[in-house]
Amino acid sequence: MSSSSRRILLLCAGMLAAGTIACVAEPGYYGYGERPTPEQIAGWDIDARGIDGVGLPPGRGNVHKGAEVYAEQCAACHGTFGEGEGRFPKLVGGAGTLRDDRPELTVGSYWPFAPTLWDYINRAMPMPAPHTLSADDVYALTAYILNLNDIVPNEFVADRESLPKVKMPNRDNFLWIDPRPDTMAKPCMNGCADPADIRIASTAEGKKLTPRTTGPLDTMQQR
Amino acid sequence: MRPDLWRSISLLSKSGADTRLGRRSLLGLGAALTGSLALGPKQAHAEPSPASPPADAPWSQSIGPGVVDRPYGRPADTEAGVIRRNVPWLTAGTESSISFSPLQDLHGIITPNGLFFERYHAGRPDVDPDQHKLMIHGLVERPLLLSMKDIVRFPSVTRIHFIECPANGGMEWRAAQLNSLQFNHGMISCAEWTGVRLSTLLEEVGIKKEAKWVMVEGADGAHMNRSLPLDKCLDDCLVVYAQNGEALRPEQGYPLRLVVPGWEGNVSIKWLRRIKLGDKPWHSREETSKYTDLMPDGTSRGFTWLIDAKSVITFPCPEKPLDRPGLYEIRGLAWTGNGKVRRVDVSTDGGVNWQSARLHEPVLSKALTKFTLPWRWDGAPALLESRVIDETGYVQPTIAQLRKQRGTNSVYHNNSIQTWQVKPDGSVFDVQLV
Repeated sequence: MSSSSRRILLLCAGMLAAGTIACVAEPGYYGYGERPTPEQIAGWDIDARGIDGVGLPPGRGNVHKGAEVYAEQCAACHGTFGEGEGRFPKLVGGAGTLRDDRPELTVGSYWPFAPTLWDYINRAMPMPAPHTLSADDVYALTAYILNLNDIVPNEFVADRESLPKVKMPNRDNFLWIDPRPDTMAKPCMNGCADPADIRIASTAEGKKLTPRTTGPLDTMQQR
Repeated sequence: MRPDLWRSISLLSKSGADTRLGRRSLLGLGAALTGSLALGPKQAHAEPSPASPPADAPWSQSIGPGVVDRPYGRPADTEAGVIRRNVPWLTAGTESSISFSPLQDLHGIITPNGLFFERYHAGRPDVDPDQHKLMIHGLVERPLLLSMKDIVRFPSVTRIHFIECPANGGMEWRAAQLNSLQFNHGMISCAEWTGVRLSTLLEEVGIKKEAKWVMVEGADGAHMNRSLPLDKCLDDCLVVYAQNGEALRPEQGYPLRLVVPGWEGNVSIKWLRRIKLGDKPWHSREETSKYTDLMPDGTSRGFTWLIDAKSVITFPCPEKPLDRPGLYEIRGLAWTGNGKVRRVDVSTDGGVNWQSARLHEPVLSKALTKFTLPWRWDGAPALLESRVIDETGYVQPTIAQLRKQRGTNSVYHNNSIQTWQVKPDGSVFDVQLV
């Protein structure tokens, strides 16, 4: 044991005796595991940051190429023009609906950062074979989906330089600090309301939206 | 119940003997019993049971299977209906979806491993623990690649914490819709987790002083990733390999997952394979297009990680109605991401008058807490509610109070008071009050 780790052990013992919380060991104190090689890190280091695109790899793709890849890889679930098949997510539309009674949250109407779109397609799509597309194809898909949303022109080319510069329509409408608690109820114990005011506003009785909660798994196919 | 089945079993056991045949019949009996229990309590009183006093039951007159008949073990056949369930119309498929814990059939603060709610984004991966690695890199002094054997060698800690999906109750923002405890509240479970503190791992790699954020990522097909502030990671996060005393279940991230106590379940990354330190958050898809809360003015709240205090009465509930007037124990669960539950109040008149319930030990930080209150039901209509107050003094709000602040489109973080309507026949319905 090196003299510095012995010092840390002594320090920890003293802190524990004094009832203070966990002590900080120096890096490599336990010495378990191995140092990953640059190749190992590169293979897994797939993230691209939304706000500035840090982590986006080399490569590029245009709207036209994106349309081809999209037809092959994405349209079956997300619809030919991003309208969404069945309950799969819509990618296009919804602009100006966020204050509506039934808002439509899509890439165009809701997503704040364009590099996030590249990152998500790259890491998670296409759903049956995630993380199998080339960087160029992912750039092309990103360009195509942004174009379908009228956010970039037909001649747009997506790459690590251009994507962080795309200003998404909803970018400035997020508060990134949690404002809760936002309710201030008082724990009244008696006579907290006039019993005449206690009325049922809505009931789930008879709505039949849920499967059975007894017996075998209910897939709701028989109704 | 099928009298013919009972007769054949008792005949078998009286005539002595073929226990193997008897066991097979008993398995069939399981299905019959399940069916009869589903009829409800009233029918149960109707006819005398041939296996109840004064009769000696067939299982009292035969020999049962021996040890290791079930080397792992499983619930009784008659409990076959106690399972996780999903709402098929909720998602496009089951691979990116959620299932709900059957809270109506659970009795304590620990969720059995097979009933812990599931949430997948690319299905349940089948991870080989011998090949699984955890990489820690980014703004660190010494990047590290750890095998499962390495991880288990670190000093271990064991803690009980709940995990709740913030979409729990998300279908009820506009109105009462789902007449079920399981489907309205079952996106929560609680387990005893064993692993290593995340702070231990981060100290082992050495945190560069520019590091402020930590990205955590899974080995599933979604490569699910979220950003966490470094302070939370150093505070109480755990990298765990065990759940309720055994290895994690594949559904819960086998062989390794993160547990972020008291925060929305989505950040407790399962099948954890990578931790990267950085100077800014990543704004991943899961923390921008999802898990953000849309307000009536069109703005959205992001990074709303905390699970606010919440409680629910688990008996009675739509799945477990009352039988006849008399003395009952109202039972429920309360929890808060802010620490410990301080108090739970229960109302039987829709919130006009409240009584404090008894909290059952252990009352642990960021864990489910059980509460009970004796209640003599006179057979009159009742509106049952529970209201938790946590150790910060925060009081669980009504749905009306939440709507006033957040409208009806924010999907996540509905921690409002649940109202159960009890009708004179004892049936129970999910309702919302004006």
